[in-house]
Amino acid sequence: MQALEQLVGQARDLADGGIGLSDKEAEVGRIMKICNACRYCEGFCAVFPAMTRRLEFGKADIHYLANLCHNCGACLHACQYAPPHDFAVNVPQAMARVRGETYASYAWPQAFGGLYKNNGLTVALALAGSLALFLVLALNFAGGIAHAPLSGNFYAIFPHDTLALLFGAVFAYAVLALGLGVRKFWREVSPGSFSGAATAEAAGDVLQLKYLDGGHGMGCNNADDAFTLLRRRFHHFTFYGFMLCFAATCVATLYHYLFGLHAPYALGSLPVLLGSVGGIGLLIGPAGLFWLNFKRHPLHGDAEQKPMDRGFIALLFLTSLTGLLLLALRDGPAMGLLLAIHLGVVMALFLTLPYGKFAHGVFRTAALLKWSIEKRLPNNLQLGSE
Amino acid sequence: MPDDNSRAVDVLVIGGGNAALCAALMAREAGASVLLLEAAPREWRGGNSSHTRNLRCMHDAPQDVLTDAYPEEEFWQDLLKVTGGNTNERLARLAIRESSTCRGWMRRHGVHFQPSLSGTLQLSRTNAFFMGGGKALVNAYYRSAAALGVEIRYGAPVDRLEVADGQFQAAWVGKERIAARACVMAAGGFESNREWLREAWGQNADGEWPADNFAIRGTRYNQGVLLKQMMSAGADFIGDPSQSHCVAIDARAPLYDGGICTRIDCVSLGIVVNKFAQRFYDEGEDFWPKRYAIWGRLVAQQPGQVGYSVIDAKAVGRFMPPVFPGAKADTLEHLARQLGLDEAAFVRTVGEYNAGCRVGSFDHTALDDCHTEGVSPAKTHWALPLDTAPFYAYPLKPGITFTYLGLKVNEQAAVHFAGRPSRNLFVAGEMMAGNVLGRGYTAGVGMTIGTVFGRIAGAQAAQAAMNQGVHHAGA
Ligand SMILES: Cc1cc2nc3c(=O)[nH]c(=O)nc-3n(C[C@H](O)[C@H](O)[C@H](O)COP(=O)(O)OP(=O)(O)OC[C@H]3O[C@@H](n4cnc5c(N)ncnc54)[C@H](O)[C@@H]3O)c2cc1C
Ligand code: SF4
Ligand code: SF4
Repeated sequence: MQALEQLVGQARDLADGGIGLSDKEAEVGRIMKICNACRYCEGFCAVFPAMTRRLEFGKADIHYLANLCHNCGACLHACQYAPPHDFAVNVPQAMARVRGETYASYAWPQAFGGLYKNNGLTVALALAGSLALFLVLALNFAGGIAHAPLSGNFYAIFPHDTLALLFGAVFAYAVLALGLGVRKFWREVSPGSFSGAATAEAAGDVLQLKYLDGGHGMGCNNADDAFTLLRRRFHHFTFYGFMLCFAATCVATLYHYLFGLHAPYALGSLPVLLGSVGGIGLLIGPAGLFWLNFKRHPLHGDAEQKPMDRGFIALLFLTSLTGLLLLALRDGPAMGLLLAIHLGVVMALFLTLPYGKFAHGVFRTAALLKWSIEKRLPNNLQLGSE
Repeated sequence: MPDDNSRAVDVLVIGGGNAALCAALMAREAGASVLLLEAAPREWRGGNSSHTRNLRCMHDAPQDVLTDAYPEEEFWQDLLKVTGGNTNERLARLAIRESSTCRGWMRRHGVHFQPSLSGTLQLSRTNAFFMGGGKALVNAYYRSAAALGVEIRYGAPVDRLEVADGQFQAAWVGKERIAARACVMAAGGFESNREWLREAWGQNADGEWPADNFAIRGTRYNQGVLLKQMMSAGADFIGDPSQSHCVAIDARAPLYDGGICTRIDCVSLGIVVNKFAQRFYDEGEDFWPKRYAIWGRLVAQQPGQVGYSVIDAKAVGRFMPPVFPGAKADTLEHLARQLGLDEAAFVRTVGEYNAGCRVGSFDHTALDDCHTEGVSPAKTHWALPLDTAPFYAYPLKPGITFTYLGLKVNEQAAVHFAGRPSRNLFVAGEMMAGNVLGRGYTAGVGMTIGTVFGRIAGAQAAQAAMNQGVHHAGA
């Protein structure tokens, strides 16, 4: 039965010229043909100008456009062909569905692609496993999680080198896995060669989240057709908060190995300052994104990916929450327990980086860079219209 | 039920497109209480306005998204040309002048502009494009209206009006009577009313009713109910009742709301044949933006109201991609078979055309010297033989954009009865566009008229209502 369906699907793909496309990819192809004949949304984002440089939409083009889409929703609310119109054009949803597929197909190793599918479960398992790991480690090293106050000396519980090795390895793995995934994506459409200007532009687009500004600066859509800058702002809180926390860790590592300065660091010290400010950002950002995610218009994006979105947001929030709690209570008897929990959460976050929502930032960045390169190439189409 | 004027709303706006929203916003800004009745349910709100992409604006110097200058006189000359003089100069110049200042107000109500879309460079000087198109504009106006306290009701088609002595009394939605001190009608033309179109286009010599084969490019809700009501109330009309703006669109377009994407832009790059595989008009007469609007009528005059735009591989990538894939074949015979045309006749037509082509230097951006000789009808520009496989064909049928019949107005947008303006009944948009645009069309002028007269009608209605309020209070 399934074989028959496949055959029918293949025949249809051949007829459409959409050879070897999945159903979700074929839907993006179908919609792009309508958009390309309409083009009203050209001003919102990079997807439409990239689309107008094409007449046909093959698999690679579809993957590229899907990852370029920020799911801002503007082109859904503005679309004269959106449901209930028979054309049922829903760009953000079609793009999101393909994005989900691309994450799985770019995953390295390929066998782990399935982790994206039930990502809520993936995150839950990673979290449970990591927490268990650190609680057991705590029992092993310190002989128990309840202890006399240690004035914030984490290494009395977990030896520093053990931690550095463990997290260093997991982080390196995440970088490798994502790097190989991006390489696969990059090779699908060869956009041309890098230039300083293109790279700088793409970096600017990422760091400012340019395409969540709606093209007019008023922001993107969330619950309805009104524009809001909140999604952009909460992303900024999240991103820069995360980066500050990351910087805090890096500085602390430098202190440790280069200058022989060991934790705990004073409240006014650079690692603590960076971590606290970042941590607060990483509370506000994910909390806001979580709230927006719940209020999101039901036609935006892919409902099946909500567990992935929320799982990632929750991990970020917990990372920050447990980190700040640890800082606040590090001089008390609960330090060991809090530390184990915090490390467990961070480990879960790192483990799922290459197999969860984090990937969207990486592939989006690559797509934006492709676009910055592509738009500098001459356009061969000389289309005229009424 | 006795008429309880204290409960009546100040200004009733009938319609839910651009003109209605402009009127409602202006009336509310002037301090009137406003109720807007939109026939369509919320998800289909906005009428034809939600399919638009730009409005035409006069400007004397480059302005944000508009390049160069488009002075009043040039705009006026353009209108004069496209209407063949079928326009009212006072009202036209009023619309033109107001078009130079209305965009600040539009922005304040949330409309965003962008430079002309790719493929429409010819409009970058004259037309300001709405970012996201007309639906984004309509959304912005509805948000602004709601924020200002305009009461909005969807799924509320007005089916009857009460008018006495040229004064508006009330509107009826089903069994509900809605009284108001003043009223703005902005309910579009009658293009969605198939019966009326059938009557207007009549029967041809072959006994066909051409309008039965038309698609309506926009909303299904513009049934012309208010126009009919005004006819029986004895209002003054203007514009040719039998005429509509009609373009050739893809024959596979939906019956309603096919919008812009169903257009076919490759006519001038190839030939067009009818269902007997015969050419019937000069495909290269002029630039496509100047000719697309005559092709609807041309196709409507063909048997079965169909045509086929045929191109070869040389044309691919030179015109806006059509929404539906064309028939595609490696030989002309195969193409004819796919289209259900007589193969021999089709091959003969193409053969004669190819033999007649006098190819000079092809240039699609100029009225070039590629033309035919000894072929009737001639193709006077861009005539290249169809000789490079694969060949493509797109079926065409007429698509109605709007109708020209409208209510006669003055500078206050007042409805007239036997030459006398009503004190409290106003009209805007497509329902009165015939005053300015008695026939023909030039891109963006529909939204210009709707915006300008919508704003005027709203302000006038608010004034009329509030004067009446004072009058009543004193009585
Ligand atoms: C595909 C397409 C593209 C176009 N593109 C452009 C363009 O780019 N630029 C341009 O200037 N013009 C364009 N036009 C023309 C333009 O759409 C019209 O000139 C303009 O929208 C008219 O505005 P309006 O408010 O009068 O009518 P509409 O926008 O059609 O609004 C009429 C409203 O009245 C409501 N209504 C109808 N009957 C009743 C009733 N009995 N009771 C209550 N409500 C009722 C309808 O539901 C609708 O909301 C285009 C038209 C089409 C079809
Ligand atoms: S999303 Fe809709 S309005 Fe926007 S370009 Fe596509 S078809 Fe046109
Ligand atoms: S959802 Fe936003 S980012 Fe995605 S294609 Fe539409 S306008 Fe562009």
